[in-house]
Amino acid sequence: MLSVRSLHTDYAAAGGAVVNAVQDVSFDVPDGELFTLLGPSGCGKTTTLRSIAGLERPRAGAIELNGRVVFSSDKRIFVAPNRRNFGMVFQSYAIWPHMNVFQNAAFPLEVRGGKLSRKEIAAKVMGVLRAVALDDLADRAATKLSGGQQQRLALARALVMEPQLLLLDEPLSNLDAKLRERMRFELKRIQRELGLTTVYVTHDQTEALALSHMIAVMNQGRIVQIGSPRDIYERPSDRFVADFVGTTNFLDAVVLAGGGEGGCRVRAALGDLNVQCVDRLAANAAVVVSVRPEDVELSEQPQKATDGDNFYAGTVLAKAFLGDCLDFQVKIGDFVMLARVHPSLRTPVGDTVYVRMRAEKCIAVPDRRGGHEGI
Amino acid sequence: MRGGDWRTWLPIAAVVVLVAWLTLVPLGFMLWQSVLSPQTATAAARFTLDNYRTAYGSADTARLLGNTLKFALGSAAAAFCFGALLAWINERTDTPMKSLFFALTLVPLIIPGILFTVSWIFLGSPKIGLINLVLQRVFATDAVFVDIYSIPGMIWVDSLHYSPMAFLLMTAAFRSMDPALEEQAFMSGATLPRILIRITLRLATPATAAALLILFVRALESFEVPALLGLPVGIEVYTSAIYDAIHAYPSEVGLASAYGATLLVITSLCVFLNLRIAGRGSRHATVTGKGFRPRLLRIGRWRYLTTGVFLVYVALVVALPFLVLLWSSLQRFYSVPSLAALKTLTIEPYRTVLAYPEIGLAFRNSIVLSLVSATLIMLATSALCWVVVRTRLPGRALIDNLASLPLVFPGLVLGLAIMVCYLSLPIGVYGTLWIMLIAYVTRFLPYGMRYNTAALLQVHQELEESAAMSGASLGLTFGRIVLPLLRPGLVAGWIYIIIVSIRELASSILLYSPGTEVFSVMIWELWQNGQYVELSALGVMMILVLLGFVVLAEFLGRRFGLAEV
Repeated sequence: MLSVRSLHTDYAAAGGAVVNAVQDVSFDVPDGELFTLLGPSGCGKTTTLRSIAGLERPRAGAIELNGRVVFSSDKRIFVAPNRRNFGMVFQSYAIWPHMNVFQNAAFPLEVRGGKLSRKEIAAKVMGVLRAVALDDLADRAATKLSGGQQQRLALARALVMEPQLLLLDEPLSNLDAKLRERMRFELKRIQRELGLTTVYVTHDQTEALALSHMIAVMNQGRIVQIGSPRDIYERPSDRFVADFVGTTNFLDAVVLAGGGEGGCRVRAALGDLNVQCVDRLAANAAVVVSVRPEDVELSEQPQKATDGDNFYAGTVLAKAFLGDCLDFQVKIGDFVMLARVHPSLRTPVGDTVYVRMRAEKCIAVPDRRGGHEGI
Repeated sequence: MRGGDWRTWLPIAAVVVLVAWLTLVPLGFMLWQSVLSPQTATAAARFTLDNYRTAYGSADTARLLGNTLKFALGSAAAAFCFGALLAWINERTDTPMKSLFFALTLVPLIIPGILFTVSWIFLGSPKIGLINLVLQRVFATDAVFVDIYSIPGMIWVDSLHYSPMAFLLMTAAFRSMDPALEEQAFMSGATLPRILIRITLRLATPATAAALLILFVRALESFEVPALLGLPVGIEVYTSAIYDAIHAYPSEVGLASAYGATLLVITSLCVFLNLRIAGRGSRHATVTGKGFRPRLLRIGRWRYLTTGVFLVYVALVVALPFLVLLWSSLQRFYSVPSLAALKTLTIEPYRTVLAYPEIGLAFRNSIVLSLVSATLIMLATSALCWVVVRTRLPGRALIDNLASLPLVFPGLVLGLAIMVCYLSLPIGVYGTLWIMLIAYVTRFLPYGMRYNTAALLQVHQELEESAAMSGASLGLTFGRIVLPLLRPGLVAGWIYIIIVSIRELASSILLYSPGTEVFSVMIWELWQNGQYVELSALGVMMILVLLGFVVLAEFLGRRFGLAEV
């Protein structure tokens, strides 16, 4: 298990100012799981990964893998990156241009000292190249590889050392869309088959949701929410997470009556509604309600009221056909909501449409605008 | 960043101390010497400001400063005009045979300054100069048309010789400029000269300012031209004044040091100013992600003009100087080309010069010095640059500044400082090849830094980090990843330092003693003795050797250097 405790990493920016890139970051990754650090650029996710790798020296905190401390500010331990035995795939792949495919993959074994014979090295390297389907290209110059091949070689090079931990820094971001989708499945298959404990960094929420066991959403150097992909998507803990992970409708609202965890009733611009809340909320607290567009249900006939669900009538303001779905802008009072529905709905612009939002799909979170500024 | 332990940093610390020793100690000694009175048999040296009083207080002060500024400004401006025009023609127009012209334009870079100057004396001297003789015959007069022994003459020779430097600087500037900006002006109906002045030069203004400053500093340091063309007619600039002061009897080292200090202040100011300019236009962001394909202006009939410009230029900087040297090297005594003289062609001068016992020695000294200094510099600076570029060690900026400091030393001033330093320190290097090696390594250290820094900035840091993640130690990473990736830059810098070392005269002239002469010093001595034909023979051989070396280096570079990273 990888355990990261209260990690703080600073670096000096140009001009001498100190940037607190990572602040008080803690998380655990159980053996064999893929853990994703998700966030916009500049949120500290890559710095966190590089701190785990040992490429950055954190100011404070502790990093431990299977009981072996590789960094601890208290115990003054810092294990150099070349002694940690962590495999890493860089965003640029960092394929050495002066070596061929085989030499690139063999490098980690060669520099390990004379424990392995040439023959053993060759066997291991060819094995791992076969796993990523590059064994036919072993003699090819590294500069002659396509983007996808470079990506697989970078992965092979990280795997050949049989690392205790695999670190992936936006490994798919340099690939084109089609290839990215294929490599996503490939990466997931290899990770699951080898049962490698993995930390994955990305700014792409789809990628994070598709690959991960657990996701940590980061913003401005801190972890905002840790949870399973479903948790993160369906029960975002604040406005930032809801906004960053997928598209969403935000409704500013005030709590009408304090309730326990679970359901409560709030007043928003379009009327009162029943919502789901993550934390306990006091009466009159300002909240923001997040509703995913696909949870805004539309129909041309008024629906039978079910207890607890929210119903409204609105007019169609605009539509956009996206192929597999249809985006509607629906005006309810002065408020415009985005709804994503099946393309079979053909209500013309200007007509009345009926809206239903299930209470458990309306997530109310305390209103801390813009995430964590000033905290 | 990675800390590493003392075993890793100790060698680096040693190199830093060595660099500080090389650059700072001679400077200190020179400044110290400049406030001492001359030591004589009867009186010991004592503290005095007399040297500065002589340097600044006399009626000559204004004249010396005026000459220096006139010469340096004129030379920088003229070299820039030549270089910028050629660079624009070469980079931007569809003038035919450009690659040939490009190669020919760079030839003066490998011709030693002293040879270039001597060949222009053969061409432009009022008495024996070919140009005057031809014009006098044509117009049937004995008026003197050109006089190379004058400030305009000095500017002409010096700026022609260094125009390739301006050419390279401006070529780089034009390459990083989007041609669409010019094409737009063309489409708007502007004429060619108008585009050049209104668009191209405006866009290149920061590069222009930087190039002018570099050329100005270079001209301030110029020694061969002022010594050979200025001194005989009493036109002194700072460098020739330093040389004169040392070769006066008794030798006035203190006065020379005071002149040196003055020159150093001026060059430092210019270099500092240049850094400020470069710093403002984001220093390393010369390559934008958007690659624009260089397209050429179709200039139509103007092509005949641009080709003509190139032909005249090649004649002035390559053909005429080389041919006149070749001619005089085939004569028993120097004589003007004529049908009569054609009958007396001989290879006697080559025999004579090859029979000199010093020639083998000079050859060996030049080769050993250039190879050893180039190798030492490139290896040492690769490590230094790595520390500067890649680590966050405190004091890394100091390393960069220290190693770049020799840029502000004119060659002659550096020679003077090193001479004073090792005359005072009893280490026994004075009068040996070692002191020359010290001078060369110090003088060319900044070139090593520039080449390595440029190469290292091309190498993505993740290439090294992934070696560390693969388990390689710092030393292994440097040897297996960094050095191989730096190879193109290392080879290029190595070749460049070899060429400038073989050309070097300004530092060597103050440091050589019998037995440690180098090529350029041999030529200098032959000139002083009036052995013009032998000088020409040696010059022709030297140019051929250097040319052969450049061709070989080009071949090796293509064969073994990585074309791109």
